[in-house]
Amino acid sequence: MYKILEKKNLNNEVVYMKVAAPAVAKKCEPGQFIILRANETGERIPLTIEDYDRKEGWVSIVFQKVGKSTYILGTLNEGDYILDFVGPLGIASHTEGMEKVCVIGGGLGCAIAFPQAKKLFKNGAHVDIIAGFRNKSLVILEDEMKSNSTNYYLMTDDGSAGEKGLVTAKLKELIENGANYDTVIAIGPVIMMKFVSLLTKEYGIRTIVSMNPIMIDGTGMCGGCRLTVDGQTKFACVDGPDFDGHKVDFDGVLQRLSMYKEEENHQCNLFRGIE
Amino acid sequence: MAKFNMTPLKTKMPEQDPTIRNGNFLEVTTGYTPQMAHEEATRCLNCKHKPCVAGCPVNIDIPNFIKSITEGNIEEAYEIITRTNSLPAICGRVCPQESQCELPCVRGIKGEPVAIGRLERYVADYMLAKETFTFDVPKPTVKKNKKVAIVGSGPSGLAAASDLCDMGYDVTIFEALHKAGGVLVYGIPEFRLPKLIVEKEIERLKTKGVKIELNMVIGKTVSIQELHDEEGFEAVFVGTGAGLPNFMNIPGENLNGVYSANEFLTRVNLMKAYDPSYDTPIYFGTHVAVVGGGNVAMDAARAAKRLKAEHVSIVYRRSEQEMPARIEEVHHAKEEGIEFHLLTNPTQILGDKGWVNGMECIKMQLSEPGPDGRRRPVTIPGSEYILDATSVIIAIGTSPNPLIKSTTKGLDTNKWGCIVADPETGQTSIPYIFAGGDVVTGAATVILAMGAGKKAAAAIDKYLGR
Repeated sequence: MYKILEKKNLNNEVVYMKVAAPAVAKKCEPGQFIILRANETGERIPLTIEDYDRKEGWVSIVFQKVGKSTYILGTLNEGDYILDFVGPLGIASHTEGMEKVCVIGGGLGCAIAFPQAKKLFKNGAHVDIIAGFRNKSLVILEDEMKSNSTNYYLMTDDGSAGEKGLVTAKLKELIENGANYDTVIAIGPVIMMKFVSLLTKEYGIRTIVSMNPIMIDGTGMCGGCRLTVDGQTKFACVDGPDFDGHKVDFDGVLQRLSMYKEEENHQCNLFRGIE
Repeated sequence: MAKFNMTPLKTKMPEQDPTIRNGNFLEVTTGYTPQMAHEEATRCLNCKHKPCVAGCPVNIDIPNFIKSITEGNIEEAYEIITRTNSLPAICGRVCPQESQCELPCVRGIKGEPVAIGRLERYVADYMLAKETFTFDVPKPTVKKNKKVAIVGSGPSGLAAASDLCDMGYDVTIFEALHKAGGVLVYGIPEFRLPKLIVEKEIERLKTKGVKIELNMVIGKTVSIQELHDEEGFEAVFVGTGAGLPNFMNIPGENLNGVYSANEFLTRVNLMKAYDPSYDTPIYFGTHVAVVGGGNVAMDAARAAKRLKAEHVSIVYRRSEQEMPARIEEVHHAKEEGIEFHLLTNPTQILGDKGWVNGMECIKMQLSEPGPDGRRRPVTIPGSEYILDATSVIIAIGTSPNPLIKSTTKGLDTNKWGCIVADPETGQTSIPYIFAGGDVVTGAATVILAMGAGKKAAAAIDKYLGR
């Protein structure tokens, strides 16, 4: 059992939790993830580690309430316990040799991009962050990202906060104005990562994306998280979650993510009493 | 002298009717009654040379435990079995007895051999059903004050842990998943091996003193070297199995509705997708095609049938004779309405809007036996056809997980990724690390893995006593 030390609602849908998990905290690095199970009948949910403290023995997670299992997780409060919490899983992000980086977070992806940006910034790299959201009410981690970046650009689809427009528009503008990035890290909706990768390919800028597909065990056992990278089948859980954005078959990933959409919506609506 | 029962056939095992059981997840066979057990036990001639014992990978004293059954002393029978086998309720159900203990049975010369597996199960179930059961376990008397780590809680790890605990070692099992048992809980379905049985057998080990730590991915949460150098484990046994699913590398394999057997069975067994109170989603539509001819393929097909798929097919490239699955499993699958497409090989999986909607197959024939005596399947040109399928489950085998290998410097593996270990001791290229089961042999059986775990336990005792 893993105790919830702190809980914050970042907006109506997104929840932050700090969880006591000393063994995970001792080992984890930015880019790695955990799998948790909130209760006996729940699913195993993979979530990227947002932050951690080795000395205090906690890791934090940020998740969006999208299905029944994440809704149930969201009903837990400070002092409650999460049944299972295993990690760190996946390969840590490689940040060596990166000096001028643009980190792009889309929605919840900001929580995953944050530890990487923080690590790079602490190591003295120039870090520009572009954070994109649908509207003002969904903005998360603004202060944290501001204080861990050289420049912070906030974008919303409707212009209700920051600038109006897509993250790709801002990225193009920065590149055109001579930003001269050696690396772009893009984490967010698959469709966003796809278009960022298409853009950076034109400019020949190395691009790293983080995949969060459907999986069960997170150790290479189920193969549910497979995706095609450079024509080869890879498992996001053990070969990733980070991949070269110019080599990922994003359309294949999009298609596999839709696998349980209907059932998930149905279960979730039942749980919330909508149906 | 007791009178022998000279009936040539085994006492029939009671089982659920096929048309009823293919709609539920209850156990297929319901087990002998005391009368049936006695009747079958008296078929054993108690031979002096005991060929059955040599056929058992853990050398259970078979004629003696059967003799105790004929005398009505089930507790004694259990004591005899558990001297060498720590998981009898499991082995009695899933061991391939027909190719092991029952193969050399003298009664098999004229008729069927003694139903050793069914008797083993009877004894174990009788004891597990007793309320006071877990308290009867004798605790080891001599403490050795040495810590041994076991990586993986499947059959080999449980067997090694049990023996090492009996020898007086301080044993901790590390399991990556949230439940102990390895393939016994994520792979083999409820209708063939009830999970309550697995839980009880593991509970018994815990009562004995074996510690189990769940949610620990060795190689990630902590490395083997750290267990040894920092946490005081003087020897480590690696029994991580063959958990990595193989795919066919044919077009369409990443379509929605294509599962590895591992994923499908894990959803059904570990995550209990068949139980509406669990939130595990599973989707397969109306026509399920299972590719492969082993026990895992049978398990997946029979599980899909129970989940109400209208048509479930086994697609296998050789003929029934070459099927690696146990005869009993194939027989049960047929009874339950699984359709068999033999001498058939998939060439591509077809899709519509990202979802499986068919599988193109080609007919095969067997070649004349080659120099190794094996008849190879070869394609019959122009025989392609399309099999109706809304879902495809790939059950063509598994390989060892590379997690331990990639995080343990100096641990030798072969070209298939299996850990190289001494066949007699299980010792690896790193002296304090021992390994056994599927991670060494590639995918095999529960009992072979247990045998390897036992050998390694004896070798670890020798190594630590040096």
